[in-house]
Amino acid sequence: MDAIIYSLPFLMNGLGITLLVSAIVVALSLVVGVLLGIGLIYGPWPLRWLIRLLSDCIRGIPILVLIFVVYYGLPPLGLNLSSFWAAVLALTVFKSAHVIEYVRGAVTSIPRGQMEAGMAIGLIFPQRLRYVIFPQAMRRFLPPWLNGVTDAVKGSALVSLLGVVDLMQAINQVIGRTYEPLPLYILGALMYFAINYSLSTLSKVLERRYSYIRE
Amino acid sequence: MGYQLSFTQIWTNFDKLAEGLLLSLWLAFISILIGAVIGLVLAIWYVSAGRVARTLISAYVEFIRNVPLLLLVYLVFYGLPTAVNISYSAPVSFVVTLSLYAGAYLVEVFRSGLDAVPKGLLDAGKAMGLTPWQRLLYVRLPTMTRITLPALSNTFISLFKDTSIASVIAVPELTYGAQWINNKTFRIVEVYAVTTVLYVVTGYLILFGLRLLERRFRVER
Amino acid sequence: MTATKLLQIDKLSKSFADNQVLKSIDLNVAAGEVVSVIGPSGSGKTTLLRCVNFLEVYDGGSIQIDGREVGYVDATSRKRRGEVDLAGMRAETGMVFQSFNLFPHLTAEQNVMLGLRRVRKKPAAEAREIARHWLSRVGLAHKTDALPSELSGGQQQRVGIARAVAMDPKILLLDEITSALDPELVNEVLDVVRQLAVDGMTMLMVTHEIAFARDASHRIVFMADGLVSAQGTPDALMAEVASNERLRNFLSRFSATAH
Repeated sequence: MDAIIYSLPFLMNGLGITLLVSAIVVALSLVVGVLLGIGLIYGPWPLRWLIRLLSDCIRGIPILVLIFVVYYGLPPLGLNLSSFWAAVLALTVFKSAHVIEYVRGAVTSIPRGQMEAGMAIGLIFPQRLRYVIFPQAMRRFLPPWLNGVTDAVKGSALVSLLGVVDLMQAINQVIGRTYEPLPLYILGALMYFAINYSLSTLSKVLERRYSYIRE
Repeated sequence: MGYQLSFTQIWTNFDKLAEGLLLSLWLAFISILIGAVIGLVLAIWYVSAGRVARTLISAYVEFIRNVPLLLLVYLVFYGLPTAVNISYSAPVSFVVTLSLYAGAYLVEVFRSGLDAVPKGLLDAGKAMGLTPWQRLLYVRLPTMTRITLPALSNTFISLFKDTSIASVIAVPELTYGAQWINNKTFRIVEVYAVTTVLYVVTGYLILFGLRLLERRFRVER
Repeated sequence: MTATKLLQIDKLSKSFADNQVLKSIDLNVAAGEVVSVIGPSGSGKTTLLRCVNFLEVYDGGSIQIDGREVGYVDATSRKRRGEVDLAGMRAETGMVFQSFNLFPHLTAEQNVMLGLRRVRKKPAAEAREIARHWLSRVGLAHKTDALPSELSGGQQQRVGIARAVAMDPKILLLDEITSALDPELVNEVLDVVRQLAVDGMTMLMVTHEIAFARDASHRIVFMADGLVSAQGTPDALMAEVASNERLRNFLSRFSATAH
């Protein structure tokens, strides 16, 4: 038990890495996913097809496979990333595919009449996107996206397999020293639980605030 | 660049991938069966139980849903044997973990499925004189099954992908097979290209197969 | 002929896949005129209306507003107008939809103001004043801050009318605007339209409210199978019932609130 208490600072360090990885992945995948999502809906036919194909493939494979693909596959192509950035890249690609789906779901669930009403009063396409589509899409996008944030945090645990010392790896290393797997795994589980449960509670609060949009 | 694509070594070792794929499907299948039993029992209990039971069930669900699967796998495989005097093989331990994992998600699926049974059907059952237990068996469960089929198929496909985590405790499923070939031949691009195709195509085949099944059991809304 | 009409439609044709919905339509509307289009479902009335503001792309023929071709560069060319050009033309026509299509994230006032601010480029204060004026004209002065979800169907449709009319369009297009309303809410909307007609708004409306069409229109057009089957003043059209079998069949379905 003492050994565990002594290792707390080390675990907190790992926690910091976990949060850092999660934050970067969430932020990058949001930008990439939204851009590609808009491309998927409004882009020219070949682009839509390409994004659709890539997004389906990425969502069709396990995250672990994607991580290995990035980690082992990039060096032969000449790109040498550290474990940390290889893992972040893989997780970002994975999450982006999901964000593309959230965007697609959000925008296509807006009734066609909205675009028409915007056209009827003389708004041009960028104006229609900005004043009519985007505000409504946002409210439909947020709930699934916020749910997806906890998936990013859980997915970040896989970076431990590449040797990145996040919370998961920190736990493994402490177990290596203290030979007490169970209490440490439970402690780790509770820490992950604390992060994700707060995130999902926050998301429920936000969802309620925007729910007045339900028609 | 100097990297020549060569698939020959992949084909000579293809049995590792094929067997791994079958094992992945098998693991997912058993886990969803056990998980469905867990989920169904807990869902029925939840709907008809008091606050204590509901809190316990919610605790189980929330715990599993907020903790990484990897950690759960380690917990069950390395952690439990030190406390409880059991020892099991990696595949068994993984099935235990994945079943508990599936169970937590399926509790939610079945719970909302039970709620979605149209009240009119229950009224008809009451009017016929069916007891609560009979209404459960003959009205609610059959209707709920049809309603939840789409969610069940999605869960199965998810579980199929989640079986790749088993590779970290050396269960010889598909991802493990890919890693094995990679370590032996260093043909990364080829191995993972084939593995990706296997996962994606299998996923689609399962999806279409289950869609056909769903169509046979569609509920008119 | 007399001076060019405000809206001039010549030999309009439109197909969806292999279904020719509009075969050859000739129709015109003069400034200040109220023209109603009636007919059975599938006759192409809504498609016709939606071609006027190019929500549907028509294949053949010409539609001109004040002499300018809608949607194409000119009457004979099939080269389409650019986005900005087209938007400008659409700002000159107002459309009220069957399913209201109010923007759910904006209040009644903001719904009406959106076009004024972003298309007419009016400053916020002026836009708000115009919006309030029109909302009050349709009887909703007390609901300016309400969201569409807080309004009844009839109220929503009146906001829809205010939104279209506030843009000061040359012609107002009304697409079965009462069809989606509960019966008791229909009259409040029709009263607004009647008042607009009295005030001189040019209108082309597709409607099932035959009695209303007879009361409020200068001319009624009866469409069937993608063609204009009969048209004329309400009285003249009724006179054609004797000779026009399709018209007779169509009208016989409407019980005698006749006159």
